[in-house]
Amino acid sequence: MSFLSCLISGISLGSIYAIIALGYTMVYGIAKMLNFAHGDIIMVGAFAAYTIVSTLGMPPILGVIVAVAVCTLLGVTVERIAYKPLRGASSLAVLITAIGVSYLLQNLALLIFSANPQKFQSVVNLPALKLAGGELSVSAVTIITVVTCLVVMFCLTSFINKTKKGQAMLAVSEDRGAATLMGINVNGTIALTFAIGSALAAIAGVLYCSAYDTLTPYIGSMPGIKAFTAAVFGGIGSIPGAFIGGIILGIIEQLAKKYISSQLADAIVFAVLIIVLLVRPSGILGKKTNEKV
Amino acid sequence: MNSVKRKKLIDNLFTYGLVVFCWIAVQALSATGHMTNQINGLLVPICMYVILAVSLNLTVGISGELSLGHAGFMCVGAFSGSFFTKLMAEAIPSLQARFIIALVIGALTAAFFGVIIGIPVLRLRGDYLAIVTLAFGEIIKNVMNVIYVGVDNGMLRIAMEKKANLNLSENGRVIIEGAMGITKTPKASTFTIGIVLVLITLFIVQNLINSRTGRAIMAIRDNRIAAESVGLNITKYKLLAFSVSASLAGMAGVLYSHNLASLAAEKFDYNMSILILVYVVLGGIGNIRGSIISAIVLTLLPELLRGMNNYRMLIYAIVLIIMMIANSAPSAIAARERLLEKFQRKNTKEAA
Repeated sequence: MSFLSCLISGISLGSIYAIIALGYTMVYGIAKMLNFAHGDIIMVGAFAAYTIVSTLGMPPILGVIVAVAVCTLLGVTVERIAYKPLRGASSLAVLITAIGVSYLLQNLALLIFSANPQKFQSVVNLPALKLAGGELSVSAVTIITVVTCLVVMFCLTSFINKTKKGQAMLAVSEDRGAATLMGINVNGTIALTFAIGSALAAIAGVLYCSAYDTLTPYIGSMPGIKAFTAAVFGGIGSIPGAFIGGIILGIIEQLAKKYISSQLADAIVFAVLIIVLLVRPSGILGKKTNEKV
Repeated sequence: MNSVKRKKLIDNLFTYGLVVFCWIAVQALSATGHMTNQINGLLVPICMYVILAVSLNLTVGISGELSLGHAGFMCVGAFSGSFFTKLMAEAIPSLQARFIIALVIGALTAAFFGVIIGIPVLRLRGDYLAIVTLAFGEIIKNVMNVIYVGVDNGMLRIAMEKKANLNLSENGRVIIEGAMGITKTPKASTFTIGIVLVLITLFIVQNLINSRTGRAIMAIRDNRIAAESVGLNITKYKLLAFSVSASLAGMAGVLYSHNLASLAAEKFDYNMSILILVYVVLGGIGNIRGSIISAIVLTLLPELLRGMNNYRMLIYAIVLIIMMIANSAPSAIAARERLLEKFQRKNTKEAA
């Protein structure tokens, strides 16, 4: 039973990683940039929900909606102010700017909410589900996290495959110049991608903090890095890849914590990533590109 | 000597001169009593960051590989160097001698890790390389966090997780203590040693860049396939640049660990790697002198802003973003060129 409960918590953690990784991978696919500030958007989302639910005493569902709205706005604003001027600059310059944005968000949160850990009140107040005669208990947060992840994944794939905007996204990620020539509004599409990615980050932030209940200005950096790892693991730029990568990473992390060493769990996760990349240099579902002279 | 060679020589000498000038300026300031304790405490860290930035520039700028794991090599160097200094406390009484050997050991250990990590990693490219170096850096940090090394009766004992796992005898002592790291390393780093190490780093890096090997490394950076087709051994040259860069970072780590009383692996997370990368990018990718200047300025900046307390990191972040946009945005570069052109035209008009 302990193996099963460990597996379930792994899937739950993996679902959170998957939601964040989806945002990472979409932004990478379209803007070709590593958005290091993505992890801090998670933190902003969690703090927004915290303010609404714990400080103002509003219902949790409103907290989630506000978190999503704040992050969407933030994502678009950051893209407009910091990343858009750098379109066409070297990818390293964009990377450093993203790091600057990450520092900025962390320190703003530090000024407003201080470095002391806040107790995050879970947005899910349902009893745990008891299975197998009470031996296996699955918390409601876990179930909601996994369900949310599946819903998000479903919506995102249908959006990209069935709508015009989604097809425009695919076109921009395939070839930006050609997409412009076909009359696609490239800047608008990139902004939309940032909006969706940030909204997903907000949802992930609320779920992450509901599961682990503490909140600090630095909360986003580790899940951000892990989700980035998950996105690379699955093949960066690929949406199903981010999903699979996230789930696998979550399961490996929880199993390693339980059966090998809790302190070495992160090292094991990263070691698995390295091994996968050495065997398949572009991730599990990544496209193999041939280099031409 | 042809003119290109002479120009390069003068350029290199200018860089050495800059470092020596800094040393003289600091000596003069401290002789006249103008140095505050705060600045004095920053001198060794500045040397360390300069070495780290210059060495990372070798990987990122000259070899063209984005590495986010530089702190890992620094960690390896710091721990191996400090470990040696503590282990040999009785065998070699002279602290200076121990420190110099520790520097060599730190550099060699880091170079060894550079080769071990470089062989698999350098097959990957671009962002994949970045994430894998980041992963290796985190693995090194995590492992150093749980490792315990003790010594008793001339025997080394290594264990994981708990101090008790070492099974030390009565007269044994613990040297590396898990998350606590190594404590009470004697303070051997001085500003003068730091400057000497900076000069050694510059000597190695600049001579490497201006050698046949350096040109090969840059050719591979600019066009891998073309370089391969003229018979350059890609793996060999990439690995060389990567491990030289790693060993210099290891040396900086030893300088770091002999400057502070406590050494914990926690310090060497990816934020440290990113910090060094920021120095390199702001100083200009591939520009050695730029790395030196940006490392000095960006180490001093947060300290000089200390009066503003909570706002200093916020200001640092904003300055970073604005500098990146002003330096790299295509529209900003175009605007700067227009302004420069206008200015020059005005000057020529006045001259006429």
